Amino acid sequence: MKSSTKKKQFQWHFFVFFIPVFLWIMIMFVLPQGELVRLSFMVPDYSQEEIVNNLSLENYANFFTEPIYWRTFMRTAIFSIFITVIDLIIALPVAFFITKVVGLKFKGLILILTMLPFWVSGLIRVYGWITFFRESGVLNTTLIKMGLIDSPWPMVYNDMSMILCLSYTTILYMIIPIIGVMDSLDDAYIEAAYDLGSNKIIVWFKIIIPHCVPGIISGAIVVFMYAMGSYMTPKLVGGKNSLWFTEQIYDKFIQSDNWNQGAAFGLILLVLSSIMIGIALKLSRQKFNEVVAK
Amino acid sequence: MIRTLPNSKTYSLGYRALIAYYFILMFAPLAVVCVLAFNNSIFTSLPWSGFTWDWFIGEGPEKIGFFNDERNMNGVIISFYTAFFVTILTLIIGTLAAFLFEQEEFVGKKYLYFLLIAPLVVPGVILGISILSFSNSMGTYIETNTGLYLKMFAPGFWLVILGQSTYITPYVTLVVMARLKKFDRTLEEAAYNLGANRFEVIWHITLKFLKPAMIAAGAVAFVLSFDNFNTTLFLVGSEPTMPITLFTQVRDGSTPVINAISVLIVTAVCLIAAINLIIAHQKHKVK
Repeated sequence: MKSSTKKKQFQWHFFVFFIPVFLWIMIMFVLPQGELVRLSFMVPDYSQEEIVNNLSLENYANFFTEPIYWRTFMRTAIFSIFITVIDLIIALPVAFFITKVVGLKFKGLILILTMLPFWVSGLIRVYGWITFFRESGVLNTTLIKMGLIDSPWPMVYNDMSMILCLSYTTILYMIIPIIGVMDSLDDAYIEAAYDLGSNKIIVWFKIIIPHCVPGIISGAIVVFMYAMGSYMTPKLVGGKNSLWFTEQIYDKFIQSDNWNQGAAFGLILLVLSSIMIGIALKLSRQKFNEVVAK
Repeated sequence: MIRTLPNSKTYSLGYRALIAYYFILMFAPLAVVCVLAFNNSIFTSLPWSGFTWDWFIGEGPEKIGFFNDERNMNGVIISFYTAFFVTILTLIIGTLAAFLFEQEEFVGKKYLYFLLIAPLVVPGVILGISILSFSNSMGTYIETNTGLYLKMFAPGFWLVILGQSTYITPYVTLVVMARLKKFDRTLEEAAYNLGANRFEVIWHITLKFLKPAMIAAGAVAFVLSFDNFNTTLFLVGSEPTMPITLFTQVRDGSTPVINAISVLIVTAVCLIAAINLIIAHQKHKVK
């Protein structure tokens, strides 16, 4: 008797949780994505009096036939991989320092110092980067004054600076998950390897990095997607010729008002980057739900 | 290599220098921005030409300080309002979702959970355009069928809030869920035995237990909303939030008033960090 009443209450109250959450996910995520799919397969026909939307693959065909579109996409993808790798190379020693090297007393302080720059608005960090590195910027001015260089180095408004600035703005997303897995690495393994005569390189590649793979993958996914999807940094730091794929989407939506083409580009970005992530997960034998929940 | 192992001096020093270099690189741009906020010049660059408060309180005509700059002031105020509503909305949905996925069982739970956390990895730009398209179509549909023009479907304040919440809800859910996992459900059973119903139990017991996590999740939601750019970019109407106004200024040429805003934000962030450290320190002491 008691258990049956309890069960009844549970079901009644299940819907109180289920209905708002379900509606939220549907209205704010699933249906808008569906609308994007619908738009991407439509091409407006302006020849008649009333505008008619025809079903068509044209928006997708444009991506492959116009070199500027798929080249921009390839550029974005390759640069994003670069950014992920740069972040990984920097994040590993920094995370190792925070978890294993620094005295326990200072660990909290260092952790906060690591996160501090990222609590400040992303735009201000990019602005700081420009102020610091541009030709009339603080670094160039100082170097000239010190007599180290004669004319200013072009350190901003080119591809290289764009990659570095995006690494600068995304590095925390790599450091945090790696710290998470490194914390669980038992020091005894490193000590044992050391006692058995391994050098540091072997310890890194045989013990530390294999242990950190889940964290690395999780960080890499976030950094990669963040880089692929960023608009502000490439726009502000990239040069006249450094196109980023999100800029194409923005142009189609806001400037040329061709939402159908923009929707197709958005879905291409989403699908192709998801495929790349899927391959990375498959190669490292990780699961999406587990990786993202970290 | 690690604390317990002996290291050569050069290795130890070299490693520390590398880490120090990393932190300098992380902080230098911010430090430079903050210092230049007090530079008496209309350009955000060296040389240093004297100290001034003008970029905070200047009344123009050459130098309009932040507190007299309507556009930037409005941006900050709108960002505060937006973040406030986003925090409340995401806390409600996020907590409901945490209960749903942690304490209930139903068919297709795995798939719904996937859809809930997917916005974490879907680029903000795509969330932005999808919500823009959907609400536009909804607005058009309603207008053609009923003749009503509803302002809430056009880009603007409320659409920004909904768009940001789509992206922030999964964060809130994950934070609250992590705490809910540690909840001892025998406490609930005790309350049932004492005659409480499900909602009394949640209200008096589970939510009390979740309070710290909800405060933390609320703080995360507030910060994420305040900083959101990608999704907001597409949904913004005539009331741009701070990141959007700053973006247009940096893109089209700016005055050091942006530096003044940066100083205020950096100060706020440092204060929060300091409070955080002090609280952690005291907790440590108590233990």
